[in-house]
Order: sequence, then C-alpha cells, then structure tokens
Amino acid sequence: MKPLALIGRIAQLLPVLLGVSVIVFVMMALTPGDPVEIMLADQQATPEQAQALRHDMGLDRPALERFGIFIGNALTGNFGLSFFHRRPVFDVIAERLPATIELTLAALLLALAISIPLGVVAAVKKNRLVDRLAAIGSLFGVSLPGFWFGIILIILFAVQMRWLPVSGRMDFACEVAPITRLMTIDSLLRGRPDCFADALSHLILPALTLALPMAAVLTRVQRAAMLEVLRSDYIVFAQAKGLSRRRILWRHALKNALVPTVTVAAIETGSLLGGNMVVETVFGWPGLGRLVVESIFVRNYPLVQAAVLLYAVTYVLLNFVADILYTLLNPRVRL
Amino acid sequence: MHSTRSSVTEMTAPLLSIRNLKTCFPTRAGLVTAVDGVDLDLYPGECLGIVGESGSGKSVTFASVIGLVRSPGYVAEGTIRFDGTDLRNLEAEQWRQLRGRDIAMTMQDALTALNPALTVAEQIEEVLLAHATDLPRKGRWEAARARAVEMLRLVGIPAPDKRIDDYPHQFSGGMRQRIMIAIALSCRPKLLIADEPTTALDVTIQAQVLDLIGDLRRELGMSVVLITHDLGVVAEHTDRVAVMYAGQVVEIGPTQELISQPKHPYTRGLIGLIPRLSDLDAPIKPIEGQVPELIGLGGICRFHDRCDYRLPQCRSDIPMVAVGPGRQARCIRAKENLS
Repeated sequence: MKPLALIGRIAQLLPVLLGVSVIVFVMMALTPGDPVEIMLADQQATPEQAQALRHDMGLDRPALERFGIFIGNALTGNFGLSFFHRRPVFDVIAERLPATIELTLAALLLALAISIPLGVVAAVKKNRLVDRLAAIGSLFGVSLPGFWFGIILIILFAVQMRWLPVSGRMDFACEVAPITRLMTIDSLLRGRPDCFADALSHLILPALTLALPMAAVLTRVQRAAMLEVLRSDYIVFAQAKGLSRRRILWRHALKNALVPTVTVAAIETGSLLGGNMVVETVFGWPGLGRLVVESIFVRNYPLVQAAVLLYAVTYVLLNFVADILYTLLNPRVRL
Repeated sequence: MHSTRSSVTEMTAPLLSIRNLKTCFPTRAGLVTAVDGVDLDLYPGECLGIVGESGSGKSVTFASVIGLVRSPGYVAEGTIRFDGTDLRNLEAEQWRQLRGRDIAMTMQDALTALNPALTVAEQIEEVLLAHATDLPRKGRWEAARARAVEMLRLVGIPAPDKRIDDYPHQFSGGMRQRIMIAIALSCRPKLLIADEPTTALDVTIQAQVLDLIGDLRRELGMSVVLITHDLGVVAEHTDRVAVMYAGQVVEIGPTQELISQPKHPYTRGLIGLIPRLSDLDAPIKPIEGQVPELIGLGGICRFHDRCDYRLPQCRSDIPMVAVGPGRQARCIRAKENLS
C-alpha cells in the first residue's frame, strides 16, 4: 500500500463525516421532544429552573449556532458533555465500547465459522440435501428479526434448559483486572478459566443472534464463489496433478473463493453495528448499542451525535479493511 | 527423424490401449456421443498426434483416459488399458495416485490452468509431495523445493531459484506454458497428454514449446499424445497421427506417409488447408459444410455431406480398413487412387 493511496483514503473520510454530522444533527433537531422536559419529568421544577438548565446545556441557542459549536468542538476531539451522565461523551462511549467490540468480533468469527464451511459444502453438494438445507437456513437467517430470534434463544437455552444466563456480560463474582477490556480475553490473560467460561456463557447467545443474518448472507456468497471456482480450469488441472480432494477443495478452490466472502464480511461487519442496538437491548448487554438506544429515548443529543460519527468512521474503515484483505487474498491486485 | 518408429514399436506391447471408447454428454437436445467407438494404441516412447477440429472428440477422448470428463459427461462403453491396468475400474484413490505420477496432462491455456492465488513453488512442490516416494523423510519440503527449482531450470525458466516464489501472472505466456509443462513432468510420468499446448501462444514461442516437449520426451523416455487442430504442428513433432472427425478416428498412420499420401477425403481436405511454400499463390481450399450434430448418428459415413467422393454405398456404417503397413482409414474408397 503506497502512502499516497493511504492519504487519499483518509481524505475520503472527511466529506463522509461532515455529511453524517449534518444529517444526524438535523434529524435530532427535527425529532419532537425536549431533553430538559424528560430530565425534569419527575421533579417539581419551576419554568425558571427549566430555563436555567436549558441555558446551561446551550439548548436555548439557535440550531445553526449549536451545530457550529458542535463541529468546532468535534474537530478538536471534544464531543461535549452527556446530558444525563454529566460527564464527557467521549468517556461514556469509551466505557461502553469494549463490550460492543467483544460482541461484534464474536459475532463476526461465529458468522465466518458457520458460513465458510457451510458454503463450501453446499457448493460441492450442489442441489443435494445439504445444499437445500443450507438454502432454507439462509432464508430463515436473513428473514427472522434479530429481537425475535434472540428472545427464542433466551427462552430455549436460558429459561427452559437453564444452560446459559439470561442477560448481562459477566457474573459479579468475576472481577478481572482489565487489560484489553474484552472479558473473554482478559480472563484468559489473567489465568482465570472459570471467568472465561462465565464470560463465554454470557457472550454466546447474543453473538449467535447477531451472527445469524450475517452468516446467512455469507453462506450464499461463499457457495456462489465456490461454484464459480470449481468450474475453472485450474481445478481440472489440480485434479490431473493427482492432488487429494481435500487439498483441491480447501487450498486450491477455497483460497480463490474466499475473496468475495471476506470482502463482503468486512463490509457487513458495519451492518453488525446496527444489529448491535437490538441485540444488546434484548440481552441487556452493556455496550454502545444499548447506550445509543437509551440516549435517543431521552434526547441525549451530544452522545447520539458522537456515537453516530463513530459508526460512520468505523464503516469507512471497514471498507478500507475490505480493500486491503482483497489484495492480500488476490495476488493479481495491488492497491 | 521420426519415420521408422511405428514399425519398430508395434512389436512391443502398447502403453495405452483404447478399444471402442464411447463418451456421452446428456443435453436438452438429446444424448451427444462426443466420442463414438474410438480405438487407439500408444507405444512406449512414441509421440502420437491427434488432429481434428473443435468438437471432433479429440480432447474428450483423452479426458476419458485420465478420468476427467467434465460433468455431466461420462464414459459409456469401451476399455482403456494403461500399463496393464484397466482404467475404467479404478477407485478414487487409485485415480489420484495415477494422475500426475504415471499420466500427466497439460492444458491449452496455462493462464487459466495455473492457480492464480498460489505461488509457482507451491504448485510444483505439491505434485512432488503428493507422489514422489523417493523424497527423503527428513527435509521433505526442502527436497521438493530443490527439485521444483530443478524442473523450472529444465524447462528453461531463467533464474528459477529466484522466480519460483512468484505468482503465475508475473510470467509471460510462453513462460507460463513452460511452468505448466514443468508441473506435468515433475514426477516423470510415462504418458504426457498435451492438449493444444501451443494454441494460446505466439508463433515464435510455439516452436520453442514443442521442441521442449520433444526434448523432454527423449530425455525422460515418456510417451506423448499431442492434441492439436494444427496439422503443421503434427507434421514436425509426431511419429504417428490419428485424424478424428465427429467423434471417430477416420485415419491413422505414420506421420510422413499420412501427410504425403492421405487416404481419407477429410484428411485430404485438412492437408489442402496448409499453405505450400512452393506455391504460395495457390488458393487455400476450405472444406465446405459443417460437422454434423453428434446426436443419433449411425448408419451413414459422418463425412458424407461434405465429401467430394461420396457414393450411394456411403450410406452405411463405415469400418476402418487397412490401407498399408500401420495405416488405416474409415473410407470405402480408401484403396482407390483418388485425385
């Protein structure tokens, strides 16, 4: 990757971020509801007190002025104070982010672990029972709403069979000093297999819920790519070389057929961010998605704006990662 | 230089013997019999040319031999014996061991036949690791790599120890063809099936590649089947030729005799297509008409519609007839002196 191309990529970020900022700001401004009223809902506050609070949070200024202040501050890395926490938005998000990263990574790994082998097998056994079942499974995967699937999993594995916890991220008994702030990894690094098992038991259902629609899409992508590759001359030539079937499938064919899957996976990871909001809410997962949902309900403008900007940056970066992976897997392409 | 081999080799047992081979492809229009009753023998050390136009069945015949007929095609009838083994009754693992070690194949276009995502090193080493039993148990990988470099040197890749870690797309077309040949020959097979080895190449590179195959054949003592639609290629590089038309062998014999005195009207037509240096102004005479659909043929000579010498008796199944030492033709007038 040449430095010039890298600079170009970063430059692409700027218009995206500006556009996203404008859209989010306008939408929040147009949404009915007043954070001050929500904050003071249960208290007997006088109109003067409400006005004072409004002034305090800068909400009495014209929208355009508020947008200008927001942009100016954002450029210096200051996203303001969260209305409700009365702490910098940055800190509040940073606190919640690791849980979301852990959940997203787990879902991504799970989706790849399901879809790559399944897609390959479906292609090899085209139109046979496995392929048909994979097709039906994929259809369910993309069609079932996440919240419904999550609730079914909870009822089945947590309530009925009592194998797994209903919600949360960690048992209170497990207090592991943070390193990466990803509970599964930290508990391993600290030598606490009991806590690892606990973290994993909390993680598996939400990760599965989040992974399902992605796995469904990736299975179809992997199957199509594999079918295409299996028709190519180099597979016939590999057979003529007397290589084992395993080597032909998993080395010769898969290395070529992985290219679309991995690139789509990187881009689809961005859509996991949206899925997070639903899944984290259903499973009481203390991550960013749930925080954003709660913040929207109470019109916590600064936090929502900062979070959406973060989503936008992540999305652009994931596209960038997709490009890099594409070149790594495909030696004919150089950025 | 190639002339007397056929009379000598016919004394010994053939390396490959094909009898009454039928290979079919089910299609919507009906069952296409792409190869219909082919008999061929190939002797040790011999180079046999297979000539025919697209759809004559020349590639499918040898895809049948190596057991790689593309789905949904299948070998329907006949026997294929190779080096004492009946190839039609092999298990998957026996096929795997045979391919690449005893029978090797090169394909028309090396660009699509080499895996674009794997280095040349890996693509040669894996054949050696799959078959070469004489690699030392310790340091197998190093030994395979050393032998891979040696193969690249043998086929004339400059600086092979440096270039071996490149990917196929980093080589020129001629070099890729050489790499494919190096892969095919790395386990010193008894039989090389070279399917259109020069069609994708520039004319200047064509001769180099064909000479290379010829040199390696003599060096390794293997038999070669050279599949081509170019009679010029066959004339210079083979001992014997089989001409195929519409799924059948229509003429077979020693190369020089067959070209100088063709017995089948189709062979004559093909030879009429080669420009003569002695008479460059002579018009090239195309063979009028088209190859028939290979569905439900039978009871008629397949070249009947296009033949200048046809007789009413041609409306029947025509057998191969001997027309000289080691020569046969599928024509009822093969013994006449037609002109």
